[in-house]
Amino acid sequence: MTNEERGQGFKGARGQVEKPLNLQTLEPSNPLFEDFMPPERTPFQDFWMVFKGNGMAMAGLIILLIFFALAIMGIITTSGEKPILDPHTVRLPDKLKPPLSKPTIDSVPKENLPYLGIYLLGTDELGRDTFARMLQGAIVSLSVGFVAVGISIILGVLIGGIAGFYGENMIKIGKYNIMTIDTMIVALIDIQLSFPTFFLILTVVALLPPSIWNIMAIIGITGWVGPARFVRADILSLREQEFILAAKSIGAPDFRIILLHLLPNSIAPVLVSATIGIATAILTESALSFLGFGVPPPNATWGNILSDGKKYIFDAPWLTYIPGITILFTVLAFNLFGEGLRDTLNPKLRT
Amino acid sequence: MLVFTVKSLYKKFITLFFVSVISFLIIHLAPGEPSQINPLNPRFTKDDLERYRAAFDLDKPLHTQYLLFFKKLFTGNLKSFKDNQPVMGKITERFYNSLLLFFVGTILTWCLAFPVGIHAAIKRGFTFDRWTTFLSYALISLPGFFLAYVMIIFVVEVFNVPVLGMRTFGREGIGFPFTPMDKLWHLVLPSILEATAGIAILSRYVRSQMLEVIGQDYIRTAKAKGLTDDEVNYNHALKNALLPFVTMFGMLLPGLIGGSVIIESIFAWPGMGRMGYEAILARDFPIIITLNFFSAVLVLAGTFVSDLLYMFVDPRIKL
Repeated sequence: MTNEERGQGFKGARGQVEKPLNLQTLEPSNPLFEDFMPPERTPFQDFWMVFKGNGMAMAGLIILLIFFALAIMGIITTSGEKPILDPHTVRLPDKLKPPLSKPTIDSVPKENLPYLGIYLLGTDELGRDTFARMLQGAIVSLSVGFVAVGISIILGVLIGGIAGFYGENMIKIGKYNIMTIDTMIVALIDIQLSFPTFFLILTVVALLPPSIWNIMAIIGITGWVGPARFVRADILSLREQEFILAAKSIGAPDFRIILLHLLPNSIAPVLVSATIGIATAILTESALSFLGFGVPPPNATWGNILSDGKKYIFDAPWLTYIPGITILFTVLAFNLFGEGLRDTLNPKLRT
Repeated sequence: MLVFTVKSLYKKFITLFFVSVISFLIIHLAPGEPSQINPLNPRFTKDDLERYRAAFDLDKPLHTQYLLFFKKLFTGNLKSFKDNQPVMGKITERFYNSLLLFFVGTILTWCLAFPVGIHAAIKRGFTFDRWTTFLSYALISLPGFFLAYVMIIFVVEVFNVPVLGMRTFGREGIGFPFTPMDKLWHLVLPSILEATAGIAILSRYVRSQMLEVIGQDYIRTAKAKGLTDDEVNYNHALKNALLPFVTMFGMLLPGLIGGSVIIESIFAWPGMGRMGYEAILARDFPIIITLNFFSAVLVLAGTFVSDLLYMFVDPRIKL
């Protein structure tokens, strides 16, 4: 075919040469309009339309955004040489003040007075401002959740991906076939599931030197089973499909098939389990803090504030209620958001 | 059938072996040794240290320690580092207390979760369903210890009665009807707390199972035949929806240890979870490893039992 012939336009259904199509002037009434226009909505817009209709999930998302804003505000206001809201100032005359109470002006030095003029959420047993401590702890608590889940997702996707894609390969020692990779990884999953998770985390955290990174790492390392199972199951079913065969037949290397074709298609359940995993990680961290193995003292976390407050439960119940309810709302928001994601990403529920 | 049993048992023993090795290694390779608890104590001479290490095999290479550990465990000679009492005796003593709590908690969970879940599924989208959905999310998200403290505040301030421990202090030997009653009262709060998360999760699960079955063709057929709603829901749908819960019976067992650490610590309930926590605080390695091992045995036994049960309940599964 020469260039001239190509310029003639293409052959229509009845075989005669039609006028070349100009996409700019294509009328919506033309039956070809649908075929040449991009879809009206991007996948994200599609997702968003379904997600918007889910009231509880939207509530979760909004609460989450508020908490993120608060956490960022917490970094800005409570860090630096002279923070606006100082979580470390000790004011012994003002210890265990209830929320919304005014500081005793006479006995507290002027530079130690709270920025707002009142203790918004009361003070603790050393007279530290609970509001400032909660703000400071927000980023710690949230980042424990995110880092821990990040670790478990990376581990899980890696292990699950290997089991799904290379599962049939044999592990050989010398010339003997020991077992397939898949068998080994399934056995690993069984082993991990046989451990009492919380007890294991508690043991390891107690034996290692106290540090926030240890806690994040251990919560993360014990949580890889969920994502690994999802990814493995999805890849096992996806790799038999035609588009993978097509990718293989044009000579795409394995990592390209895995990264560009398999993982994007199997990421939905992982995202959902990650969101719910963050909720669980925040709960685990607060439970560890409660048992005395949490993030070490200079860092305030919600779990720490709660566990310090338990000694004054009858005199200063706000030290229990404020962090407790904050944790409840955060975890609830993550759970609602995760369930909303699950419903939205499930193609069966799409209309 | 026999082949399946043997094969499955064989696999479970291998898993158990690896679990025991890993838990042993985690604990023994962690920095710090139990014999270093107080190196500054002047009465704790070097000879004492050697004697101590020899008594608990800490001076031998790791693999010998491992073998000796499990040999002692199975012959019942394993001693706790802390008070030199046999580990098995300590654990069995605590086991019954935990079992009691676990038993009451499980009954509460199953008795509440099933009616709530089934009702929510039948009335899908109505007020009851929406409220129970929200409530179960809230219960899952609530830190257990926070709820425990709120309930303790409430019960103590309103009723002014003791709630901690297994019996009221100073009321020992008050005669037959009162001792069990006292114990029962002390069971109430911890078992409710152990049940809350379970109720929330299980009722959601029951609801989704029930919804799945209600959407099936044979339910429509049953309705088309003119059966009443109750007959369809309970005779046709529920029976099939219950199938997966047979496996849950097996999954329940491990909750005996892991799920109760916090609740037992708060309520000073002398069970296995609290013993584990105290052992961790005291670096009492034999107890920690034994509890880990014991819990793995429970998990594996649970999955094995549920596999077998599933086979009996569902005639479609042949192994």
